Amino acid sequence: MIQVLAFYLFATIVVASGAMVIFARNPVHSVLWLILAFFNAAGLMVLLSAEFVAMLLVIVYVGAVAVLFLFVVMMLDIDFAQLRAGFVSYFPLGGAIAVVLLVELVLGVGAWKAGAINLGQRAARLPDATPNIEAIGQLLYTRYIFLFEAAGLILLVAMIGAIVLTHRARGGTRPQNIDRQNRRRPDEAVRNIDQPVGQGVEL
Amino acid sequence: MTSWVQSYLGLGFGWFVAHLVYILLIALPLMLAVAMIIYADRKIWAAMALRRGPNVVGPLGLLQSFADGLKVFLQETIIPSAANKGLFLLAPIITFTVALMAWAVIPFDAGLVLADINVGLLYILAISSIGVYGVIISGWASNSKYPFFSAMRASAQMISYEVSIGFVLVCVVLWAGSFNLTAIVMTQKGYYAGWLGGFGLNGNVFNPLLFPMSIVFLISAMAETARAPFDLTEAESELVAGYQTEYSSMSFALFWLGEYANVLLMCTLNALLFWGGYLPPVDFWLLYYVPGIVWLFIKILIFFFVFSWVKATVPRYRYDQLMRLGWKIFLPLSLFFVFLVSGFLMLTRYGGVS
Amino acid sequence: MIAHWIKSFTLWEFVKAHWLTLKYFFKPKATINYPYEKNPISPRFRGEHALRRYPNGEERCIACKLCEAICPAQAITIEAQPRDDGSRRTTRYDIDMVKCIYCGFCQEACPVDAIVEGPNFEFATETREELIYDKTKLLANGDKWERAIAANLAADAPYR
Repeated sequence: MIQVLAFYLFATIVVASGAMVIFARNPVHSVLWLILAFFNAAGLMVLLSAEFVAMLLVIVYVGAVAVLFLFVVMMLDIDFAQLRAGFVSYFPLGGAIAVVLLVELVLGVGAWKAGAINLGQRAARLPDATPNIEAIGQLLYTRYIFLFEAAGLILLVAMIGAIVLTHRARGGTRPQNIDRQNRRRPDEAVRNIDQPVGQGVEL
Repeated sequence: MTSWVQSYLGLGFGWFVAHLVYILLIALPLMLAVAMIIYADRKIWAAMALRRGPNVVGPLGLLQSFADGLKVFLQETIIPSAANKGLFLLAPIITFTVALMAWAVIPFDAGLVLADINVGLLYILAISSIGVYGVIISGWASNSKYPFFSAMRASAQMISYEVSIGFVLVCVVLWAGSFNLTAIVMTQKGYYAGWLGGFGLNGNVFNPLLFPMSIVFLISAMAETARAPFDLTEAESELVAGYQTEYSSMSFALFWLGEYANVLLMCTLNALLFWGGYLPPVDFWLLYYVPGIVWLFIKILIFFFVFSWVKATVPRYRYDQLMRLGWKIFLPLSLFFVFLVSGFLMLTRYGGVS
Repeated sequence: MIAHWIKSFTLWEFVKAHWLTLKYFFKPKATINYPYEKNPISPRFRGEHALRRYPNGEERCIACKLCEAICPAQAITIEAQPRDDGSRRTTRYDIDMVKCIYCGFCQEACPVDAIVEGPNFEFATETREELIYDKTKLLANGDKWERAIAANLAADAPYR
């Protein structure tokens, strides 16, 4: 009973906040609705007793990705009039995407009507009470080790690529040299002198 | 107690009521503890500056925090006219609730835990990553320059130090073989003062693999909660009061309570992860007659003293120094220790040269 | 170089600093337990104003308005009229304590030692209106603090 209630609660909030992501006027509000959607999706994962995935969803999406989104959106200086001006020119493309999505939805509903595929959670669950971190680990580091490593490599390449593309040294600036600051020792920065009265200090 | 309540109220509703009582049993003493810890903080800080600190309200000023709370409660909540009203009020609520949520998985004694889930540590990481939002939203919704700068700083700082905290936690999890906090504490049993002496010979040798990580965790915890040497988010000489600049009355108090609840949480995590949690400091049978919760509280208080001590001692970092410490020192260091710990465990525990 | 590395990775300077603050933690306090303990104050201390009376109960002030004239902050307002017995007295003597800068010129100017700044410095109020003192308030202050004020004036007299 509680599970059903919790499922409908989470599911409703996910769908509703998903809709609000689109309908919110303010882009910052959109991102915040998106975060709410992520959070409730994590709740759905917990209901499936996939607590590891749920926690990862919160840590990675809510904790890192959405924060960066929020950063970018908050810093943007958005002119809504300008945005609306582009509406007509993007309309054909947007319409085409909408049609594709509609067709997919119809297909999906049709396939579901034709009879459920027995994906079921039982297939994913291990018979004994192995915590699903261990279950995932056992699969990830044995059967899918090459895929896992390949995914890691791709992410590494993407990261290096992003840094190479965005990192450029601007000429003509004189930034702080942190290394020099750190290498500096008190004995080379401070000089004790016995200052005679009435004379200036020689630098 | 759950089954006793369930015998009266039925299975589902009884469970609900029992857990509501448990939550209140954690949250209300926590609020009280926060009030007293603010007082302790001020007293310790004052003592190190050769001052006396609060001394008027109640004996030795013990009721100072409650007087402050009452004062704040009676003040007017001011919402700047240019602020985003809903989000402005939402932000302190997020900070406060998130600070309370994490306590659900803290084991106060063997079996004395609200939710004994097997991803306890991940849950805490997830909750603390949500904590950033209270700060960002307050900074943005205030519609004011200083809170916004502060929000940028705070979120960058929290994300940066969460990375190194994450790797330190990986070391701990590798050593304990579990994400469950109770299990992590129980694997420290038999060692001297938690794990720090727990390396090889019956726990009498200093553990060089986890001790540096405990220090890194302590410092990162200070940065994560924006405590003194790293309190750039509310550096009063630069940013007025940081993201709390526009807040007054209860909304300000919620930030304040949430902040100190987070500090307490970090002290507790230090005690649980590295110093044996609710286990007595020495594995001696007589000490087990003292309830575990007492040992845990003693350890939490010691760590809180360390937090205040650092606050009273170390001057504030510069922002680039903070980032450098996080990314260029702590991140490589903790990554290297993940390598060392996993290598050591591969050698000793999982084959290798067994 | 290596010594420096060892120093920074063992956090040596932090340990030293914390040892220092811990020593200070147990030192006797430099401050006093203020509301319950107070420091002695000079007889020349310039605190809250008071209007004094002669021992027979007659008010000292003769409404010469020298204090009003000398007050650099123009905090004092005086109105005067002859009393029924023909002596010149103030009908109004207000001090705006919000304006007052506690320079002590009024008590220096006063020929009869009527207006003085007493030893009291704890007269914080909850509203600003309470800080606009009128004649009754000032006379009441004078009655309340007369002994301390008289003692202070006597202690200071040899140096004037």
